[in-house]
Amino acid sequence: MDSTITTGTEENVWGGGKRPLEASYGKLMMWFFLVSDALTFSGFLASYGFSRFKFIETWPIADEVFTHVPFFHGNYPMIYVAFMTFILIMSSVTMVLAVDAGHRMKQNGVILYLFLTIIGGAIFVGSQAWEWATFISGDYGAVETRGGRILQFVKADTGERAALADFAKTIPSERVKHERNNGIWFYNEGYQPSYSLNEVLEGFNANSNILVRTETINTEGDKTLLSRQESLAKIQDASQVVEGANLVHNEYGSRLFADFFFFITGFHGFHVFSGVMINLIIFFNVVMGTYQKRGHYEMVEKIGLYWHFVDLVWVFVFTFFYLV
Amino acid sequence: MAHEHKLEIFRGLLKFKSNTQKIWAVLVFLTIVTAVEVALGISKPDVLTGNSILGMKVLNWIFIVLTLLKAYYIAWDFMHLRDEKKSLRRAIVWTPVFLVAYLAFILLVEGNYIYSVFKDGFVTWNF
Repeated sequence: MDSTITTGTEENVWGGGKRPLEASYGKLMMWFFLVSDALTFSGFLASYGFSRFKFIETWPIADEVFTHVPFFHGNYPMIYVAFMTFILIMSSVTMVLAVDAGHRMKQNGVILYLFLTIIGGAIFVGSQAWEWATFISGDYGAVETRGGRILQFVKADTGERAALADFAKTIPSERVKHERNNGIWFYNEGYQPSYSLNEVLEGFNANSNILVRTETINTEGDKTLLSRQESLAKIQDASQVVEGANLVHNEYGSRLFADFFFFITGFHGFHVFSGVMINLIIFFNVVMGTYQKRGHYEMVEKIGLYWHFVDLVWVFVFTFFYLV
Repeated sequence: MAHEHKLEIFRGLLKFKSNTQKIWAVLVFLTIVTAVEVALGISKPDVLTGNSILGMKVLNWIFIVLTLLKAYYIAWDFMHLRDEKKSLRRAIVWTPVFLVAYLAFILLVEGNYIYSVFKDGFVTWNF
């Protein structure tokens, strides 16, 4: 109200009655949320850095972990993650275009671009689910030592990784999976590896072409390969067979790597999933003409901010998890 | 709402007629940067992995710089911070930058210290 403003406050930006930042309440609150969310993600990534520096000599090499592309066989490190990054940047672009169309009050433009954004987000979430499934089911298999370290296997002649199935013997044994209906009802044995430790050890001793690869990274930046003699000594420490990765065991190396992978990409994937859901709600509002009647598309702008933020976080996750 | 857009990137090196054009240009730029990152990540040139600055490989510094570059363009052009008031922009950018730099410094130094404790053999963890 003009009458309550005393002379002089018109020059004072923060004197009241003005928008000092020239942004609406909703947009400012979205920025508040994004800044706090950025700090949460930074906390995760910084603790990842902490654990990595702690085990800097034995940390898994991401190039060797994420090597698969759907529908293709072979070794393609990074390619699929790069594709996912591109999909997310692309969906960010369609989101900016939606916001831009909203500024010019073009309802059909907003509908089209928001739809494309949702599709992009869905492809990304699907890709992440596939990436998780591949990571969990594992690649070659390994054995874990009593100290919790991982020993992987390599073929001596070609230098390629050896899968457990390549050399493990099949020994008929009495070991059966415990199920609830036999004996103690509350004790349920979950997962059993496809080869017992004994079968792997027998196969390893019989096949002189198989060497052990430890987690330690040498000066060239590769994992240390033991000689046949050292391998035979090292394999004595083995305590169990590990296939794939979960929160407790990880065939790729340090179990913390798997824990952070599930936590950080999971938290990010959850953000993308929520983003797709929010986008869907706004999309239906746009289709029904809610914002056309309201006279502005600021709602699209606000979810746009959230969506770009998710993209921004992925850029950092991509660098610190897959590249560095 | 800020309706006017500043239609130039690279400090005025590239100017655009419309906002849409600028968006596509930023997409092209981000794609190129990502492609460079992936190419470097796969090839890992010996010059870049062999040498290090401040205890980190040159390659990793390149990745971090390129990431910050991408983050800048996403925030400035996609989240249109370029069109916001300077005070809002600074509040949004410098608060997390300060806190994250502090946290990363503390945790990385500490992680490095624990690594040296493990390495010096006072603790047996690999048996």
